[in-house]
Amino acid sequence: MTTTQNDPYAQASDTAEGRVFTVTGQDWDSVVTGVAEEGEERVVVNMGPQHPSTHGVLRLILELEGETVTEARCGIGYLHTGIEKNMEFRSWTQGVTFCTRMDYLSPFYNEATYVLGVERLLDIEDQIPEKAQVMRVLLMEINRISSHLVAIATGGMEIGALTVMTIGFRERELCLDLFELITGLRMNHAFIRPGGVAQDMPPGALDQIRDFIALMKKRLPEYADLCNANPIFKARLENVGVLDLAGCMALGLTGPVLRSTGYPWDLRKTQPYSGYQDYDFDVVTWDTSDSYGRFRIRLAEMWESLKIIEQCANRLADLEGAPVMVADKKIAWPSQLAIGSDGMGNSLDHIRHIMGESMEALIHHFKLVTEGFRVPAGQAYVPIESPRGELGAHVVSDGGTRPYRAHFRDPSFTNLQATSVMAEGGLVADVIVAIASIDPVMGGVDR
Amino acid sequence: MSPKEPGEFPEVTPGTDPDATDNLPENTLPVEPGALAPEVVEVRRGMFGVEGSGDTSGYGGLVRPVTMPGGTPRPYGGWFDEVADSLGAALAEAGLPNAVEKVVVHRGELTLFIRRADLLGVATLLRDDPALRFEFCSGVSGVHYPEDQGRELHAVYHLLSMTHNRRIRLEVTCPDRDPHVPSVVSVYPTNDWHERETYDFFGIIFDGHPALTRIEMPDDWPGHPQRKDYPLGGIPVEYKGATIPPPDTRRAYN
Repeated sequence: MTTTQNDPYAQASDTAEGRVFTVTGQDWDSVVTGVAEEGEERVVVNMGPQHPSTHGVLRLILELEGETVTEARCGIGYLHTGIEKNMEFRSWTQGVTFCTRMDYLSPFYNEATYVLGVERLLDIEDQIPEKAQVMRVLLMEINRISSHLVAIATGGMEIGALTVMTIGFRERELCLDLFELITGLRMNHAFIRPGGVAQDMPPGALDQIRDFIALMKKRLPEYADLCNANPIFKARLENVGVLDLAGCMALGLTGPVLRSTGYPWDLRKTQPYSGYQDYDFDVVTWDTSDSYGRFRIRLAEMWESLKIIEQCANRLADLEGAPVMVADKKIAWPSQLAIGSDGMGNSLDHIRHIMGESMEALIHHFKLVTEGFRVPAGQAYVPIESPRGELGAHVVSDGGTRPYRAHFRDPSFTNLQATSVMAEGGLVADVIVAIASIDPVMGGVDR
Repeated sequence: MSPKEPGEFPEVTPGTDPDATDNLPENTLPVEPGALAPEVVEVRRGMFGVEGSGDTSGYGGLVRPVTMPGGTPRPYGGWFDEVADSLGAALAEAGLPNAVEKVVVHRGELTLFIRRADLLGVATLLRDDPALRFEFCSGVSGVHYPEDQGRELHAVYHLLSMTHNRRIRLEVTCPDRDPHVPSVVSVYPTNDWHERETYDFFGIIFDGHPALTRIEMPDDWPGHPQRKDYPLGGIPVEYKGATIPPPDTRRAYN
């Protein structure tokens, strides 16, 4: 007791389970001395619930023998917001507004997988205009870059490489600027809607995208220069968090973790959606099955995404003025939008039309705004390759105006199960590296 | 419907269109006699979610059967028949000839309704048979149909064969008063957390799961929040002088 009395943040208390120490800062000495007094080698460490860095609120329960982890378990649920349940009480279009908030680092993927499921149920998959498809791919690939940047940045910060964090967030800002320009929002866009996308490209966007590509081509090599051969970086990442192909299959891991085993499984190639078969890009793999391999895959995938973005920009240049919403006006609402003095709303032309010209149009507008469209009964599952792996929405309709059930198979949720396998038998410090290499986003894990 | 021969899937009346429900005006009319009946899971009455209000609008008399796509007759089309043949043969060999209750092909996706007692056997065959090789499970999702007597709770599994690049869906039902489904964690360890989540939200008990506890909700939480009989909750919100009721008490369109 004497060792901890002077520190108000590291009080020790005796419980039925044994002596409990509370550690909140730089007070490890008191714990080390306290544990030494107990004469016990085995310590159970409750890490969290807070975020070990920026991955969200995660609780880790580690059993230690000295500095070796003998058992590791995750406690999740701290960010559960009931998004799936809430979606059952909104129209099909409003659902996008909810699901975009799940995995907050890859909002466009949440929207896209849900919307693809709804479109399959509506049987309008082949009526989606080309421009909408290209814009979806464009936004998803910029999003992949911004998500991978955060993965690398926070992963670097967790092992003390603060420069990786600062430059990572610097480049992510460029991606968010593009999102703001195209969708109006930096996060939580609700931009991909059943039938297409909410808005056409704003004027000047293509030039900004080309500037972005040029700048990223200069900036991305900085990460390679800083990390790829950095002895400290490699020593921390190599042979840490190893999971082989059999382990990935059994535990259902996808994304960079699966590809780090050398298996080129990427849904963009194997089961293309949104026209990915028309783009020229490569699936990046590594053969070390460890954290370093996953880092290198993320780095290389950003280059592939840049390639796709470049192709999207070229295609969009030829699609000036093309429609971005399905022709069926009943599904396409709200597509007559304009920016007014009080923000985005129905365009004045549209209001003039429904209020002054056509009673039928007014009735339709009213019905579609209050009730929404109906989706034929059935269920669909259209998974896509999110930055973290297979993200899919199981969308069930009962023929009504709201989703009967929407369940998201989030890759973070599934991949986080591998924590035990990756961390047990290693050192405490490697737990952090292993989890960072999974890149879980707790908003997606808990939904 | 019991199969004629071991390993054969149940015969369904031909002349049926799996998309028949979609062609109905707003899904409100009963199906023509002779067509393959879509499965009625619920019948809703009235409109706007209003009951006992003395509604004179006429909407109170509306009747809408909620129908899900019915069974599909052979041929299923594409590789679906190959999978069905291989699975049928494997099931007959394994002594589970009646494991598949119904086959639904809808929107280009294949759904196999599996008898719940046979789920583990079917999953093992699907994973291990070289012609099937569904080595990857994308988890389980629960769906609650409170009015579908005796089949209230559904557990839906999405399987992926990376070897053959195919996806199928398994669906298992269980009644509300006996919410037990065999756990497939021994076949697909990835379903550990997914089954805990489905238990947490729907109360489906996965028999044989190594540690079936709540995962998202606190351990002492009462009820299973994503069941249809569990209220969404919420409070009225005041905005610019108007009061907006919580979403689950707003007008609904059956």
